[in-house]
Amino acid sequence: MAVKVVEDWLNACSGCEISILNIGDALLGILPQLEFVHMTALIDHKFFGQLGDGTAMDIPEAVVGIVSGGVRNEEMKHELEEIRKKVKFLISLGSCACYGGVPAQANMFKNEETFEKVFRQSVTTEPAPDPKDPNVPPWTSTCMAVDEVVKVDIAIPGCPPHPDWIAEAITALLEGKTAWSLPERSVCDTCPVIREQKSGGGPVKRWLQNMEFNPEEGLEKMRCINEQGFLCMGPVTLAGCAGKTGVPRCIQARTPCRGCFGPIRKGARPMVEMMGALTSVGLDPKSLVDRRAMMNRYIGGHGVLTVLPARPAR
Amino acid sequence: MGKVINIQPVTRIEGHAKVVITLDDAGNVADTKFHVQTLRGFEKFCEGRPVEEMPRTVCHICGICPWAHHLASAKAADACYGVTPPPAAVKLRRLMQNIAYVSDKILHFYFLAAPDFVIGPDADYSVRNVVGIIQAAPEIAKQVVHMRHLGAQILEHFAGRAIHPTFAVPGGVSKPMTEADRQYTLPLAKELLEFSKFSLKFAKDNVFPKYIDAIKSIGVIKVGYLGTVTEDGALDFYDGKLRLMKPDGAYDDFAYEQYVDYIGEWVEPWSYQKFPYAKKWGKLSLDLDNPVGVYRTNCLARINVADKMATPLAQKELEEFRAAFGRPAHYTLLYHYARLIELLQCAEQTVELLNDPEITSTDIRVPITPRAARGVGCVEAPRGTLIHDYECDANGLITKLNLIVGTTHNTAAINMSVNQAAKLCIKDGKYDQGALNKVEMAIRAYDP
Ligand code: SF4
Ligand code: SF4
Ligand code: SF4
Ligand SMILES: [Fe+2]
Repeated sequence: MAVKVVEDWLNACSGCEISILNIGDALLGILPQLEFVHMTALIDHKFFGQLGDGTAMDIPEAVVGIVSGGVRNEEMKHELEEIRKKVKFLISLGSCACYGGVPAQANMFKNEETFEKVFRQSVTTEPAPDPKDPNVPPWTSTCMAVDEVVKVDIAIPGCPPHPDWIAEAITALLEGKTAWSLPERSVCDTCPVIREQKSGGGPVKRWLQNMEFNPEEGLEKMRCINEQGFLCMGPVTLAGCAGKTGVPRCIQARTPCRGCFGPIRKGARPMVEMMGALTSVGLDPKSLVDRRAMMNRYIGGHGVLTVLPARPAR
Repeated sequence: MGKVINIQPVTRIEGHAKVVITLDDAGNVADTKFHVQTLRGFEKFCEGRPVEEMPRTVCHICGICPWAHHLASAKAADACYGVTPPPAAVKLRRLMQNIAYVSDKILHFYFLAAPDFVIGPDADYSVRNVVGIIQAAPEIAKQVVHMRHLGAQILEHFAGRAIHPTFAVPGGVSKPMTEADRQYTLPLAKELLEFSKFSLKFAKDNVFPKYIDAIKSIGVIKVGYLGTVTEDGALDFYDGKLRLMKPDGAYDDFAYEQYVDYIGEWVEPWSYQKFPYAKKWGKLSLDLDNPVGVYRTNCLARINVADKMATPLAQKELEEFRAAFGRPAHYTLLYHYARLIELLQCAEQTVELLNDPEITSTDIRVPITPRAARGVGCVEAPRGTLIHDYECDANGLITKLNLIVGTTHNTAAINMSVNQAAKLCIKDGKYDQGALNKVEMAIRAYDP
């Protein structure tokens, strides 16, 4: 018997769903074991009946619920609560679902400021009142992670999560397990670069030039990005983007980590810890440009990013 | 007022949308609306962020076309900082874009659109999907999964991230391609090219002929087109001038920065998605018989505005397409055909670029220094012309940005196609789930 699954995206970009498809050849083995009773991306099940005449949102019963994206409006909130009622295990897929993700940077601004900008202050837009209609759900007061609204059983972070972990977590559930999580290690723990626990010192350099490396040599011959004087969030970021066998994805491109897998453990304070990590290699963490948004890019839910008292005009 | 039909969510497209169809007392279509229900607010929260962080931030707008946002943003950042990336950097950006688009077009055709054609538009919804495809055509499904994986594998091997990349940076790219990388990639790219050729042939032999009546009827509207062409008029995804074509085929060409003179965005109270329109053509009207200001983007638009394709095999296909459907071709479901012709160009260009000796040059980035400026960067995203317009202060922090993304250009046209399809498929109160699916097919044509 195939296991019934409900999958949907909330305040998401569809990258998490593409990552499911990127499981690759193993996908064809997994798919027949699952019966997607709802999946907006791939399956034509409708919330209000196949003839569109239902009056209440109908989510089918299922064993597993998978949601990507955070919660940005009242309808997403309602949908999420309905899914929770209908499933045994709820998986939050991706960093938007787990921490709010990139769109939770909107929490640095008042909602009115965003609407003002989008509908009245952009160069090509003919200014108009905010859309208001029963079919355009109003924003919630903030952009939230899924577990700010309902209980989550399994979190698969990452932006997007690596297909290896999606396959592993789903397989664990198929085998009757009820819990799964990534081991608590840092991106640095999976990064092969050379570390000497020191840098040239001084201010943190902006990412205006490429890293120093010899392209003919592997990463094991490149100096650590923090130690080259740039910000790399590897020390405070949960390992996993490399999947089971690879190297951290951004480092593979010779670019710095920006923390897309979120903090290493619950209760961690990545910003404080990252400032400490920069200090420990002799850099001045206060010199980092746009520090708050930079260090909390993917984790602005849970009250991490908030509207600050008015700043002096630039 | 009669019945209200609520198609929610619109499925097998990217994003959150619903269609509401209102019938009159006789059961005929009185009104239709395509509502886009989400708004994330990138235009606000990117303010204050450093320009050099934008290419790896704005890609999160879309997980299906992150490379399009990544590259449009890198180009806007180049312009803000006043630099021109070295030729090898441009070639590497183009290479990554082509590979990403090959994956994307394969995904769209086989997994999102094909269920309507291979399984059938009226089939039960429980089998009209990718799982149905796997059962009906297991060998092809296996190939599709493999080819999609191949694309992701190439991108990850070289550029680290296939989804939400970090590779393009203002002034160039983050790393050069070594000879070993090239040797690794070339055979895989050739596999993708072969599969692209197969896909177009498969569709021409087995899919399109069966549905020619549907193609000639569902979602058909006659409006204008916007796309990017090179100086000599070839279809280009990465760079060129914008071409805005009227429904009768007459067109204006203009540089990126001039988009504000040609395009306005209208706001309706019932959708978070704006309605861009060609403002020189008059006040926007979605009237089916007499639309004003409406233009479309995405593959059919690009194929219509381009004088020619950029590669030989794709060019042959374009000639065949034009002989059958003319220029501009207006049938909405022809988007699927146009998409496969583009697939071929992307695959051909991938192989061409990998065979270019300059692709392994180590001259891949010029130095940059923040300055106060405005920069407009455009590329053709799978869904259409993507416009990133940034302003920054002397420290290189964003002060203002305007984004018009591919799919937004199509808001007006999608609304029209939905209206047309609903009127075609719902009569005297009679309709079934297949009829409602045909309304959605009119939307899916415009998807990636
Ligand atoms: S976690 Fe990343 S990939 Fe997933 S929905 Fe959010 S932005 Fe997209
Ligand atoms: S700081 Fe970055 S470059 Fe250095 S070891 Fe950690 S992940 Fe690797
Ligand atoms: S290196 Fe960091 S930002 Fe990059 S993919 Fe890994 S966790 Fe995410
Ligand atoms: Fe997209």
